[in-house]
Amino acid sequence: MSYQVDSNGYYGTFGGAYVPEMLFPNVEELRQQYMDIIFEETFQEEFHQLLRDYVGRPTPLFFAQRLSDKYNTSIYLKREDLCHTGAHKINNTIGQIILAKRLNKKRIIAETGAGQHGVATATACALMGLECIVYMGEVDMARQKLNVERMRMMGAEVRPAKTGSRTLKDATNEALRDWINNPVDTHYIIGSVVGPHPYPDLVAKLQSVISEEIQMQLMEKVGSPDPDYVIACVGGGSNAAGAFYHYLDNPNVQLIAVEAAGKGVHSGYSAATTYLGKPGVLHGSKTLLMQTDDGQVVEPHSISAGLDYPGIGPMHAHLFDSGRGKFYSVTDEEAFKAAFMISRTEGIIPALETAHAFAVLDNIRFEPTDIVVINVSGRGDKDLQTYIQFKDEYIKD
Amino acid sequence: MSTSVVLSNRIIQLFENKKENILNIYFTAGFPHLEDTVPIIKSLAAAGVDLIEIGMPYSDPVADGPIIQESNMVALDNGMTVKKLLDQLKDIRKEVSVPILLMGYINPVLQYGIEAFVRDSSAIGIDGVILPDLPMEEYERHYKKLFEENNLSFIGLITPNTSEKRLATIDRLSTGFIYMVSTNSTTGNESKSTQAVDQYFQRIQASGLVNPRLIGFNIKDHTTFAHACSFAQGAIIGSAFIKMIRQSDNIHRDIPSFVKNIRG
Ligand SMILES: Cc1ncc(COP(=O)(O)O)c(C=O)c1O
Repeated sequence: MSYQVDSNGYYGTFGGAYVPEMLFPNVEELRQQYMDIIFEETFQEEFHQLLRDYVGRPTPLFFAQRLSDKYNTSIYLKREDLCHTGAHKINNTIGQIILAKRLNKKRIIAETGAGQHGVATATACALMGLECIVYMGEVDMARQKLNVERMRMMGAEVRPAKTGSRTLKDATNEALRDWINNPVDTHYIIGSVVGPHPYPDLVAKLQSVISEEIQMQLMEKVGSPDPDYVIACVGGGSNAAGAFYHYLDNPNVQLIAVEAAGKGVHSGYSAATTYLGKPGVLHGSKTLLMQTDDGQVVEPHSISAGLDYPGIGPMHAHLFDSGRGKFYSVTDEEAFKAAFMISRTEGIIPALETAHAFAVLDNIRFEPTDIVVINVSGRGDKDLQTYIQFKDEYIKD
Repeated sequence: MSTSVVLSNRIIQLFENKKENILNIYFTAGFPHLEDTVPIIKSLAAAGVDLIEIGMPYSDPVADGPIIQESNMVALDNGMTVKKLLDQLKDIRKEVSVPILLMGYINPVLQYGIEAFVRDSSAIGIDGVILPDLPMEEYERHYKKLFEENNLSFIGLITPNTSEKRLATIDRLSTGFIYMVSTNSTTGNESKSTQAVDQYFQRIQASGLVNPRLIGFNIKDHTTFAHACSFAQGAIIGSAFIKMIRQSDNIHRDIPSFVKNIRG
């Protein structure tokens, strides 16, 4: 079975490009050109030079001794939190900004949840001198205020999305509407492996540098490129796609994806898409989607803005459906506790999104000989406000 | 080249009998109140509109501007669903003969089941469907036969940026008419540069399409309607109508007067 996108833009039965005709030319332009552009030699040179000199890659693969002792196994942390701007999101925005320039686009739009993708887009635009407009749900603007100010400081305009749950889904709707209204000069930098084909594949390929580096670093450290487990949190699924990418066809590597259960999968306040979702179409692709029986999209909930999304990328829907990936979900409280645990065990304050990946350690029985890689998708500075706010509720010591 | 079956429904008959000034009015089912759907249809039919397009509300209408977004939200809050709508319309052909289209985003239709949706719509006398985010390729591969067997028109959309090649594909696959989106925008926007728009209208007018065309998006009054009609068989009004019924305290008085003003 293939876990890569097929020539029609599908992963198994998921994917495609379900866009209104107004967006067809934009998406088609990308579809026809993205492979040629990103595999072209000068693109690769520019991309890798910027990843090295600007983003700070390769990011370290760190052997977490105390954490390993705690779980009686070998745990390595892939430090995407050490990327410039503090999360993996910039791998994608650097790639897409070079792509946008080659497509002669003058104006960049993006959606953001946690604000990390917005910040990474604003950063790339400042670097290249391009106009930048970021759509962000009003609720997220409040809970990720620092990132709003970072975007503004770098010259981006942050436009509030005021409809629906006023979170990531609604910001994505607004970005798509902007693109309909500005089809010629604008490139839409989607922040995850979601959206119409070719976006899921484009973003996965740009993020695949994560697993490319893990392979080399593990080879160096343990003499084999392959771990037993790769663990990553899943909002739309871009950090997971990047961390899984070069292991997709290697069945000896277990791929563990962690979704946000919110207040619990049955609480009505959850974002555990594989658990609660059914096949449906949102934001241009057929995927697993949280929805009512009548096909209306359900408003998700997660304490972490970056996981607060009612769908997952089509590649992950296929990994779930085929059994290649194993999906877990973690509650707000479990993630919160894991964030404090990892801060105290390793001196690394993770993003709330990333904390979900750590929380799953309690749910898996590892062998002492296992090699476990956790993708530390981002750092927790942006979440300090939330950590302070809920500390008394969740942490009792 | 074309394998398409010739349909026979009220849309096809309309375009056979009438070649100009065709007025299609769009409204959102279940807005402003859940049970307004049938009264609005009757009122529009009595006022002499040529075609009625009923929007099936969706939580995430990405091609729509603020006015239709809001009508979608209100309709959903009122409890409108595809099932409820088809139920409201089950006896509609006892009362009105004007052609009726259903328009909506694909997801609610997928959940209802496309096959069931096509069969049930056809059985109650719906004449055509617009599904803006169902790709033409998917339609051709999976659903074309189903639509034809059920005598239901499938209406494709084109925009100023639609390529020549794609225009031909959309013309080949559309059965009834082509929905010409007037500008690159979401619904209910102010129209931009009219010269560029006119050039696009002229280009399409001269392109020899098999299907007749209706122009939609940003048509709001007699002037914009008449202007659009000079380039196509007719035009579609949506946001302006929604805005009117939102403000109206008596739709049976205001709908005929709205239609009269559009016709001029
Ligand atoms: C640090 C971090 N991790 C994870 C995510 C979730 O996105 P994805 O699933 O695309 O990696 C986000 C999104 O904002 C994020 O900021």
